Amino acid sequence: MSFAVCFNFLKRMYVNRKPTPVSAALALHLASVCLLPLFSTLFLSTVSALAQDWVRTGSGLGVERVRLAVPDFKPANADPLNTALLKTFNDTFWNDLDNSGVVDLVSKSFYPLQAPGNPTEVTFGVWNSPPPNAAMLAFGNLAVTGGKVVAQGWLYDVKNTASPSVLGKQYADLPTEDSARIMAHKFADEIILRLGGGIPGIAESKIFFVSDRSGHKEIWMMDYDGSNQRQLTHQGSISLSPRISPDGARLAFSSLTKSGWDILMYSTELNRLVSFPHFGGTNLSPSWSPDGARLAFSSSRGGHSAIFVCDSSGGNLHPMTTGRGPDVSPAWNRKTGAQIAFVSGSIGLPQVYTMEADGTNQQRMTDQGYAVSPNWSPNGQFLTLAWIRKYGPGEPGSSDIYLMDIASKQWVQLTHDGGRNDFPSWSPDGRHIVFQSSRSGKEEIWEMLADGTKLHQLTFTGRNSQPNWSWK
Amino acid sequence: MGNRKKINMKQHTLQSVATAFALGSILMIGACHKKAAPPPPPPPPPPPAPTASISVSPDTIQQGQSATLSWQTSNATDVSIDGVGAVQPSGSQQVTPNDSTTYHLTAKGTGGTQDATTRLTVTPPPAAAAPPPPSPSEEDLFGQSVKDIYFEYDKSDIRSDQQAAIQADAQFLNQHTEINFTVEGHCDSRGSTEYNLALGDQRASSVKSALVAAGVSSNRVKTISYGKEKPFCMEETESCWQQNRRGHLVYQK
Repeated sequence: MSFAVCFNFLKRMYVNRKPTPVSAALALHLASVCLLPLFSTLFLSTVSALAQDWVRTGSGLGVERVRLAVPDFKPANADPLNTALLKTFNDTFWNDLDNSGVVDLVSKSFYPLQAPGNPTEVTFGVWNSPPPNAAMLAFGNLAVTGGKVVAQGWLYDVKNTASPSVLGKQYADLPTEDSARIMAHKFADEIILRLGGGIPGIAESKIFFVSDRSGHKEIWMMDYDGSNQRQLTHQGSISLSPRISPDGARLAFSSLTKSGWDILMYSTELNRLVSFPHFGGTNLSPSWSPDGARLAFSSSRGGHSAIFVCDSSGGNLHPMTTGRGPDVSPAWNRKTGAQIAFVSGSIGLPQVYTMEADGTNQQRMTDQGYAVSPNWSPNGQFLTLAWIRKYGPGEPGSSDIYLMDIASKQWVQLTHDGGRNDFPSWSPDGRHIVFQSSRSGKEEIWEMLADGTKLHQLTFTGRNSQPNWSWK
Repeated sequence: MGNRKKINMKQHTLQSVATAFALGSILMIGACHKKAAPPPPPPPPPPPAPTASISVSPDTIQQGQSATLSWQTSNATDVSIDGVGAVQPSGSQQVTPNDSTTYHLTAKGTGGTQDATTRLTVTPPPAAAAPPPPSPSEEDLFGQSVKDIYFEYDKSDIRSDQQAAIQADAQFLNQHTEINFTVEGHCDSRGSTEYNLALGDQRASSVKSALVAAGVSSNRVKTISYGKEKPFCMEETESCWQQNRRGHLVYQK
């Protein structure tokens, strides 16, 4: 029975992918990595021995990932610009696929010396059998011609020699590094869409965050892989909690103005602030409803900090909580828009709660410790949050990123490597989580797969915090 | 050239002859006068002349201080000091001039008149002491008198050991009703940015409520939360964390 519960947990997480039948070995594997933390009360005797095991809810569990070989794209002519653009393209393309969580990239050391640059050069036998033993092959060429950079890419099912072509794409743009990077993102997303259960890739998504590198905490943005970092706001005070609207056109954030903490609105299309009402009191941590029509945020305009909801224009403001304790950090259910998770300190240390979007049916989700920064998964079934489970004198617990199943309140711990980890934000495809961590010695932004693997750092300059992933 | 030398020599000879003649004439006249005048009668003994001296001690004072003027005379019948008037032949007196003064003593007697002077230098007082000391500004008084309110971890209610500070603050603020001020809510570095801003807001509100309850008009008080954005102390120790968990009262200009 417990096996089934754990399996269902995983199945819900990766709902768009069909798990293969569970073999005995896999079941044991699941038991060791999944069951113990989730059902520790049922397995008290074994918990003590294995409590230190790290949890892997792994996107690779229950399914086999496609083995994909990705030889470097080749130059199609002798233009001198090709070398630099090819390096950018190949690095970006490999990185996108490697971080996607949906394929196993075949190590380049197994590749034959002659890589194909177009379909006529593909030799199926050297790819579909060991050592590469690839199921899929992504290949192509790139060249600067006629003042443009042109890339051609193919995805071949090399096990199906009769009808191998899965995908063929051509891209053309100005011959810049940015163009090469965008082409790589686009082609990687096409492959991930086909090999990842029909979920669009995230290579063109953006991450908004707070950085102090200008001397003040301002709102910045970057590509999902950490490239192309740029400053958006120039308030010169303290700006926090960026939240991008579902359509990507507006960015809500809280900023210290002359009159106090206000919700401000930045247009990513006009590249400037646009008007938004001044509510009075301390206004913090905005959150968009998935239809983009409403904002939830924390306000003390009524005397005590409570969760308020207003229209996206700032009208029709009304309170959702009674404000007995500090109520802050609302997060709308991204799938349904029917619920809001939030943080309340009404009973002592902050805990994560959920409520219906009309304020009714408040449910406490966390049972102990210091729980903050909830963020809803795109499929609406999970929360990720920052949690110090053991908290208090003599228990210097670390703040780690957790994942919680809404229906069962079962949780798994995703980070273990020390430092303070906070403000997790889910990627549009639900496979990745970006968060802030002090594990490198100062607050920086890190990204990982939603099972805690493929951890890597995205920012390195200044202190960077409160990442917020775009909705698409 | 040879001609001019001869002429000069001839002129020199003529001058020497004339000088010798003149000297001889003067000597002959003087000898004749001495023999002709009788000796004068001896003069009568003069009456004793008055003597006078005057001094001041110290000879330099600051404005507002006094000095002692002392004088002595002899053989004088009429002694006076300018600006003081007639005085005893000898004596002393306290003087407190505003400016530097030269004291001029005149001693008159049958034997004549004798003057003596002394000078007393008066320096201006030090600059700081020149105007009367200013009363401290409201802002200074606020800074000296008003105490910050400290909080327990993750709490925003006023701790019992902070009640005295609240009462003292309220007393001062009720005596200086023209002062407006801001209560800043601060938190320690632990915990999450957003939650700490909300917590800091509650702390600032708690301090405001307690002051209002103690009679301070609420429209004099603004509140602002800084959460953990502006710590007073940067170390990761309990004493430092306690420094950062506070309601900080700031004079509003």
